[in-house]
Amino acid sequence: MELSRVVLGILSGLLVAALVRALAARWWPRARWSVHLSAGLLVGVLAGAWVSQMEGGYLAYLVTFCIMAGIYGVFSLGLNVQWGYTGLFNIGIAGFFALGAYTSALITTRKPPPEVWFYFKQAIGLDQPFLVGLIGAALVCGLVALLLGLLTLRLREDYLAIATIGVAETIRILFNSEEWLANGSQGLIGIPRPLACLIQNPPCAWLPDWAKPLVAGWTARDLDAIYLVIVVLALAALYWAVEQGIRSPWGRVLRAIREDEMATSMAGKNVFGFKLQSLVLGAMIMGIGGGLYAHYMRSISPDVFVPLFGTFIIWAMVMVGGSGNNKGAILGGLIVWGIWIGTTFLTDLISPLLGAISPELPARAPYFRYLLLGALLVLVILLRPQGLLGEEKQVSKL
Amino acid sequence: MLELTVYGIVYGSVIALGAIGLTLIYGILRFGNFAHGDLMAVGAYVALFFVAVALPLLGIPETRFEPLSFGWRMVIAIPLAMAATALLAVVLDRAVYRPLRHRKSSPVMLSMAALGVAFLIRSLIYILWGPDPTRYVEGLLRIPIYLPFDIKVRPDQVVILVLTLLLVMMLYLFLQKTRLGKAMRATADNPDLARISGINTERIALLTWVIGGALAGAAGIFWAIDSQLTPEMGWGFLLPLFAAVILGGIGSPYGALAGGLIIGIVQQVSTAFINPAYKPAVAFALLILILLVRPQGIFGGRS
Amino acid sequence: MALLEAQGIVSGYGEMEILHGVSVKVEPGQIVTIIGPNGAGKSTLLKAIFGLLSVKSGRVTFNGTDITGWSPDRIVRLGMCFVPQTENVFPSLTVQENFEMGAFIRTDDYRARIEEVFALFPDLRAKRHVKVGALSGGQRQMVAMGRALMLDPKLLLLDEPSAGLAPKMVELIFERVREINRAGVAVIMVEQNAREALKFSDWGYVLAGGENRFEDSGPALLRNEEIGRLYLGG
Repeated sequence: MELSRVVLGILSGLLVAALVRALAARWWPRARWSVHLSAGLLVGVLAGAWVSQMEGGYLAYLVTFCIMAGIYGVFSLGLNVQWGYTGLFNIGIAGFFALGAYTSALITTRKPPPEVWFYFKQAIGLDQPFLVGLIGAALVCGLVALLLGLLTLRLREDYLAIATIGVAETIRILFNSEEWLANGSQGLIGIPRPLACLIQNPPCAWLPDWAKPLVAGWTARDLDAIYLVIVVLALAALYWAVEQGIRSPWGRVLRAIREDEMATSMAGKNVFGFKLQSLVLGAMIMGIGGGLYAHYMRSISPDVFVPLFGTFIIWAMVMVGGSGNNKGAILGGLIVWGIWIGTTFLTDLISPLLGAISPELPARAPYFRYLLLGALLVLVILLRPQGLLGEEKQVSKL
Repeated sequence: MLELTVYGIVYGSVIALGAIGLTLIYGILRFGNFAHGDLMAVGAYVALFFVAVALPLLGIPETRFEPLSFGWRMVIAIPLAMAATALLAVVLDRAVYRPLRHRKSSPVMLSMAALGVAFLIRSLIYILWGPDPTRYVEGLLRIPIYLPFDIKVRPDQVVILVLTLLLVMMLYLFLQKTRLGKAMRATADNPDLARISGINTERIALLTWVIGGALAGAAGIFWAIDSQLTPEMGWGFLLPLFAAVILGGIGSPYGALAGGLIIGIVQQVSTAFINPAYKPAVAFALLILILLVRPQGIFGGRS
Repeated sequence: MALLEAQGIVSGYGEMEILHGVSVKVEPGQIVTIIGPNGAGKSTLLKAIFGLLSVKSGRVTFNGTDITGWSPDRIVRLGMCFVPQTENVFPSLTVQENFEMGAFIRTDDYRARIEEVFALFPDLRAKRHVKVGALSGGQRQMVAMGRALMLDPKLLLLDEPSAGLAPKMVELIFERVREINRAGVAVIMVEQNAREALKFSDWGYVLAGGENRFEDSGPALLRNEEIGRLYLGG
């Protein structure tokens, strides 16, 4: 059986089950929890079964969609730590995105041999495994965030915002201009997929003999499905970690800072220290997101990390989902990415109409989607700043 | 080196015009307008519309005031585009910022809304004019003229400098000598006391957007006359604009003027030593320096 | 008819009620001082009278007009002006410009009035074109009062005019207040420097815990031993 069917079937089933259970709990609060759970499971199984029998092409598209939604979910989590819980205004996310992606890429690829230096330059190539790449990405982003925070966090809050733009721009220019570092504007290629050996012939050396026939027929699509599982696992792990942090005394201080910084500092808390920790942790999460992106796309270049995709869309996700709510951040990621992809079909539909107004317009259809995204953020701020899920009522572990 | 300084002064005066509007908005409306760079882009593109589409339709001939790159069309387009940008700024205030203001939203929410507005404007520019860079006049050889001390300048740049000086002087006279101008400065100082004194702070807010928008529009046009128009130009202005505002002291228009010139000169002179692609990073470095040494800026401003 | 009459004022900040029904009265040309311990609600009373805080119950009458619930810029047009305790000037404007802002709503030629105000504060004449932010605390206080006088008010509300000033300055400020009063302006002021203020006050109110406690003429309050012990530091 195709791996993607299994993976997507199970994942979509779980997701739908969770959603239905939550909705059932909200609409019929007086029924027993077992009723909610059964409702969720029932619909979940049906949804999972339906998804798993979808046509191969649609399935592959869905896998791609979910991987990107998951990666953006990671970024939304990171931003939620900085903004949702501590109120830090980071508009240079694209910088951490790029830094995380490039760091992981440089750690996990090999330095090119001297013969090809004319075409392809790379300063570092440590040839380490995938996880080391992600960890490295997190550490480097954390370090940059540390420096940034030390410089700006004692000052007005909008100074941080401007400094983050500066960091993002500097990182972009750095990777674009310094060709010796990471091949400049041409970017890096050949970033490895984890577990890529599974679809090779012969498969991974560490695979036990009884497993080898199972993976015999696996293709690149199946590798994508495996990557989806990896992304979901990473997202779940990070979600769990952030939730633990938020419910801890540390998390309560963060929220107190966002509500009333003056009162919190007068209560004796080192506000600066907490803000710094929040900035660094959020940046580390973003670094992991960048790494996940790099290993999915397998090639990156500086012009990928533009403000729209690297910063703005993530802000839309967090605001739509609900800042100060981890579930909201991830949900926002799913919804806004869905809107972004969904509007592709919309613009395809109106293309003939655009062509009637002016022959140049159909080619500019993607920019209508930018417009929608910008309008979405402004409308959310004006009409429902708390987002879909609003702030979660925190129940501390105490 | 001297030549780079002169280029720096020209570029710096463009940044200064934008920064003056930005700092006024900071001082009176109390938030960082992250859409200000894109307001500059609006000015440039609306002028393009007048020069390339509207005015030819009205029969205004294409002339050039030798040795400049432009003629009557641009002369008419500049005030019209400035007015259009001012109008857009007011519309945005009514639609977005004023409701948030009345709701007593925090400055960060206003800045975030401005961020959304910035992307809105940019996507509109993409839709209406497409992604390719354009110029007001295609294929023109910009022949420099020679001033004493072997300084090379383009004739356009001289006009830009003169016009900037004119606009700054007009603003100075307005702020220093007129009743409304003093009321603006008073509102920036102490909005509550201004209200008690009977100053209509909502009207002052309107005036701030008109002036800020008009100056931003002018800055965008001047930049585009000397360089080119791209839809992403607005984002590229943000770092130098904010660096100039912070350098001069938030809320101080004269600080913004000085800050803009300094940023411009340092950015241009830096190209003698490092890769010109790093110019935005130079503005950023200056910003960091000021934050370390004197965060309230040269002219103090408000902390 | 009293110039200003506040009856049973209940007011506060948001949910917090500070005044639980306070009444004060000012006759034309009087100097009235309000004293009491910290947190008694003295400043709150002035702000409630001037419309900076909402009055939950009670009435404020000025010259026979019921001004309860009026906004400050309406009250100012009737002839009552307020000098806050802090942030009471425009620091980046000059002394002259501060006065011009004080006269902002006047439609007539107020240049004569500016000269009259400078006559009240002659020390400021030399600093006419100096930015107020560069002046000393006492001079700034004078600018704050001068700004409020530009509209020819019949009543001046002063919130702790001597706060944070050196004793010599305090003396000077109080002398200026007497001068302003001699020119025909009634004054109601809140003061921590209770002894000094009561010396030249026609009437005094003692507020504590958001309620009226005592009232009497200024000199009488000073002679009252119990008041002296409780509120004037023995």
